[in-house]
Amino acid sequence: MNALKKFLGILWMLLGPAIIIFLFMQASEKIGLAAEGIARTNTTLQWSIIILIFIPICAGLVIFGYYGWKGEYEKLPRSSADI
Amino acid sequence: MQSTDKNVSQSITQVIAASSLGTLIEWYDFYIFGSLAVIIGQQLFPSDAGASALINTLAIFAAGFIVRPFGALVFGRLGDLIGRKYTFLLTLVLMGGSTFLIGLIPSYSSIGYAAPILVLILRLVQGLALGGEYGGAATYVAEHAPVGRRGFFTSWIQTTATLGLFLSLGVIVLTKNLLGAGAFADWGWRIPFLVSILLVGVSIYIRMKMHESPVFTKLKAEGKVSTNPLKESFQKKANFKMVLLALFGATMGQGVIWYTGQFYAQSFLENTCKLDFNESRYVLLWAILFATPFFVVFGSWSDKVGRKWIMLTGMLLGVICYRPIYQYFIDATNVREFQKTELKSASDPVVKRTLVKDTKDSLITTTVFKTLNNGMTFKEATVVTIPDDVLATYPEPQTLIKDVTLSGPSYIIIIALVFFQVLLVTMVYGPIAAFLVELFPTKIRYTSMSLPYHIGNGVFGGLVPFIATLVASFNGSTPLSGLWYPIGIAALSFVIGAVYIDNKGDANVAD
Repeated sequence: MNALKKFLGILWMLLGPAIIIFLFMQASEKIGLAAEGIARTNTTLQWSIIILIFIPICAGLVIFGYYGWKGEYEKLPRSSADI
Repeated sequence: MQSTDKNVSQSITQVIAASSLGTLIEWYDFYIFGSLAVIIGQQLFPSDAGASALINTLAIFAAGFIVRPFGALVFGRLGDLIGRKYTFLLTLVLMGGSTFLIGLIPSYSSIGYAAPILVLILRLVQGLALGGEYGGAATYVAEHAPVGRRGFFTSWIQTTATLGLFLSLGVIVLTKNLLGAGAFADWGWRIPFLVSILLVGVSIYIRMKMHESPVFTKLKAEGKVSTNPLKESFQKKANFKMVLLALFGATMGQGVIWYTGQFYAQSFLENTCKLDFNESRYVLLWAILFATPFFVVFGSWSDKVGRKWIMLTGMLLGVICYRPIYQYFIDATNVREFQKTELKSASDPVVKRTLVKDTKDSLITTTVFKTLNNGMTFKEATVVTIPDDVLATYPEPQTLIKDVTLSGPSYIIIIALVFFQVLLVTMVYGPIAAFLVELFPTKIRYTSMSLPYHIGNGVFGGLVPFIATLVASFNGSTPLSGLWYPIGIAALSFVIGAVYIDNKGDANVAD
């Protein structure tokens, strides 16, 4: 199981940036498709919020993957003293 | 001994009642805005798309995504510094107060742009307060609960989100039916907002009489309260890795299962399947009514078998079953197909002619009410635009289906399928408060558990409608394509949870 945790850690590290790139591509496409004026501003606003929120979450996924790869989850804390 | 047990039991009952009632009201407040967003938009925002459209977008869209995690940080920190009781008393006052005030905002026709700006401000306050409420209630109950029964006692709080939704839908449907659609759209929509102040008053009274959590009181007496809960929660690697595990291995999947079962299902039935407004709400109300007790069943069961696999089974069943369930929704409401063989009667067509806004073109709408042999009814509207310019090309008429009502067997099957989805919600949501509470130490528990919970619910769950619509806009997509988002997130969370989470948590929450 520990080997699987490490292997998947690499996957999570790759998944984080992949999600952000995908979101940027979608944002660019959807903003381009929106009609000029208020509709485009609204679409830009929505996508800005989504990207703003997902960047730290994806950074968290990369850190999670890094911890997994480094074996930080091989032994979970048994009591608060371990934290 | 029996007497002591009885006292503990009574005390726990009061603690649960105080925490759950407050959380119920907070959810009630949050849901009525979502349910009445269209009417609020008509009353408090100008009809033309201008700056108000931006404010509207922010008010509806941002409050849930941006503000809730910040509320989790702000109030989580307060809860770990000054205590659970006063912090979640404050969140209740902020939430209830802002909801009441939304019900009092004069319409756009009276005060102009001040109306949408006030809505935005109050929505942000609501979102902040909601971000702080749940962590406080869960922590407060868990820190009172006896060892081995924490899942059972905290699961009562989980029922409040569902009951809040149930109550909000009930009040809205009741008010609308009593007043009529016209009066409700004109002024009656304010009643559900104003009613909340009575509920908040009762809840504040109950909460004021409660004592601080014994675990936190002991920590404070020993001088062990954290001086910087944010730093200890997120800068200390040993704790931060558990925050990440809670988010990606549990709350992320729980959020999408919850929003799909309780929100997307209704929205899908109403918007994609064109089910009648009231009927789609009744479907959800019945499903919730039957499924809600299972929060407690699964919460209690998690005390015996562990939290992990109950939550993960709920996620896995969602991954497997969502597509067949929603395919049935489409098939059971496909009146275009049914009317080829089942048409029983059709009313005389009602023709309505209106001018297209800002042009001299005419819009001719022909509405026919149809009944099928299998008991289903629906309205079929044919809409055609007649250009003012006689030389212009006539556009193709569009046929729209709306207000579909179901026949007996289909209606019951659809209720059963929505019930099943809510049952999955109870599996993932029932044990989660106890799971999160047991993951973190007392001095930083409120802060540490609030953030992953609200990112999981507010961001991953709250984005279900937006991302589902986005996915449905891809080339070659079908009405079911939107489900790939909750399925994908739940599958990811299932894998992370299955591989990384230990079923044996730290049962001692007093350390």
